[in-house]
Amino acid sequence: MATTATAPRRRRKASWVGYLPYLLPAIIAFAVIIGYPLAMNLYFSLFRWKGGLAPMRWVGLGNYADLLADEAFWTSFRNSISMIVAMVIIPTIIGLILAAVLFDYLGRCFGPRVAAVLRATYYLPQILPVAVAGIVWNWILNAQDGAVNVFLGQLGVTDPPDWLGNPALAMPSVMLVLIWVQIGYPVVIFMSALQRVDPELYEAAELDGAGWGARFRAITLPQIKPETFVVTLTCTIAALKVFAPVYVLTRGGPEGTTLVPSYYSFLNFFDKSKVGYGAAVATVLTLVIIAIASAILFFQARVEREERGAR
Amino acid sequence: MSSLRVGARRAEKLHSRYAHGPVRWIVLAVAILVAIAMLAPILIMLLNAFKSAQDYSQNGPLSLPSSFYTNGLATFWNRTNFPIKLLNSIFISGLVAVFGTFLSLITAYALGIGRVRGRTWIIALFLIANMLPQESIIYPLFTMANAVGLSNSQWSVIIIFTVIQAAFGIYLLSSVLSTFPNELLEAAALDGAGRFRTLWSVVYPIMKPTLGVLMVFFFIWTWNEFFIPLVMLTSNDTQTVPIALSSLQGDRMMDAPTINAGALVSLLPALIFFLIFQRTLTRGVTAGSVK
Repeated sequence: MATTATAPRRRRKASWVGYLPYLLPAIIAFAVIIGYPLAMNLYFSLFRWKGGLAPMRWVGLGNYADLLADEAFWTSFRNSISMIVAMVIIPTIIGLILAAVLFDYLGRCFGPRVAAVLRATYYLPQILPVAVAGIVWNWILNAQDGAVNVFLGQLGVTDPPDWLGNPALAMPSVMLVLIWVQIGYPVVIFMSALQRVDPELYEAAELDGAGWGARFRAITLPQIKPETFVVTLTCTIAALKVFAPVYVLTRGGPEGTTLVPSYYSFLNFFDKSKVGYGAAVATVLTLVIIAIASAILFFQARVEREERGAR
Repeated sequence: MSSLRVGARRAEKLHSRYAHGPVRWIVLAVAILVAIAMLAPILIMLLNAFKSAQDYSQNGPLSLPSSFYTNGLATFWNRTNFPIKLLNSIFISGLVAVFGTFLSLITAYALGIGRVRGRTWIIALFLIANMLPQESIIYPLFTMANAVGLSNSQWSVIIIFTVIQAAFGIYLLSSVLSTFPNELLEAAALDGAGRFRTLWSVVYPIMKPTLGVLMVFFFIWTWNEFFIPLVMLTSNDTQTVPIALSSLQGDRMMDAPTINAGALVSLLPALIFFLIFQRTLTRGVTAGSVK
């Protein structure tokens, strides 16, 4: 047995070079479409440049120094925290509860059909082009003829709020839309995670007299930890990168209250013709994303190691 | 046998405890309320897509249309030249789905089955490429497209997304292929099949269902993309559906019913796709989550 298992492995190890032609297209494509542009972006960030054929003036780290004093830049990253609340924290908590209720309560009381239909409904906003969903919400929240305010007017509210135009309300409104968009993703992931969990664990806990809350805390949460990490990681990256909803809902306004890093970099590239500055913003965003993703992955690895040690 | 019966009795007892009492109806009601909240924006859009502007201003967003009015739809259709945008979206997403899946398969073949040296690092590199913000590559890509004569061309978008989507596909497929049954590979080798034959007549047929899921995913992801098409596709005859709808924003001629009709028409393809591939999509999301 042991010899038959190791012999082909040794033979294949010697011949991995033969597989290189299959790897080549992807390596070339990545070098051209991702690697080279990434390096060029870093290079551009060291210049003051209006783009196109305009002269490039070397400023070294000047753009980065300017960023430190740029209020809009700091606002955009502060707003990323709101985006993380709206796209990671709230959807993950709500998604966890919804998935648990659907899977081990409603699914058992009313059959898996009911649970599947509800799950599909929660997931629906994830399927729609986010720009298109954003435009629907833009109309719903519009101050003059949006659905919410027209409805409030019919109820007799004389001065309904300008949801997306009022600096105090714009961010909460954008966050609401993002929560709506995001919820389905953790629900779907967590429901499939729960299918992995041995039902005997629940039965044993219930025979011991544990209520729903106790079982949720003692079994559900620890069992679906890997998926929780994945959801946290992917959603955090998405929250840091968010562009389309901000573009269609508020364009960063009013008064920069909903500005996010990706939109700020876009603005500098294509609106203000400050290509070097936009490239510096994009570079900082990239570094922040890599740092946060690494931190989450590192934390996950440590937790897994500790658990293995405890067992 | 007896333990089975005990298990069954236990399950029955559990089931009966769950199945009675009024609490379950309250929980169901709350879950349905959440579902209605999720559907509400889409339903309210549907309701207002077939109203006239006067009907909307008189009766408000929650009334049923007083007559089946399709002018909003026609206005949007003509103003955006919708059939062209639809074709553009299908063309771009379709080709990205095919090319991206192909690139994922051959690369994952080298990494998962060929076990090329340093594969963990290569896969990690591809993963980072997938995580990058698109802003950090867009301006160089924009100037590169201009330099090679692909400015305002769908091909620039197709090439870029083939690579970005493949980054995820490679990650997923190489972990699937690294557990590919060895006996099949050995049997193919005994039959004298080379690497290409093995890929084409052994690996590909077995991977077909997974590749199908991947294609559906690439298609819908590319369909929904906004940022890169917004930057790269600057003229009316190359734009995709989401860009076309968003470019109408701020257009003074756009009344609420026209916006809704436009949104409805733009959501419809994704919605139909969702209804057909609901199961596939759910399976795909979860397959990608934890390997």
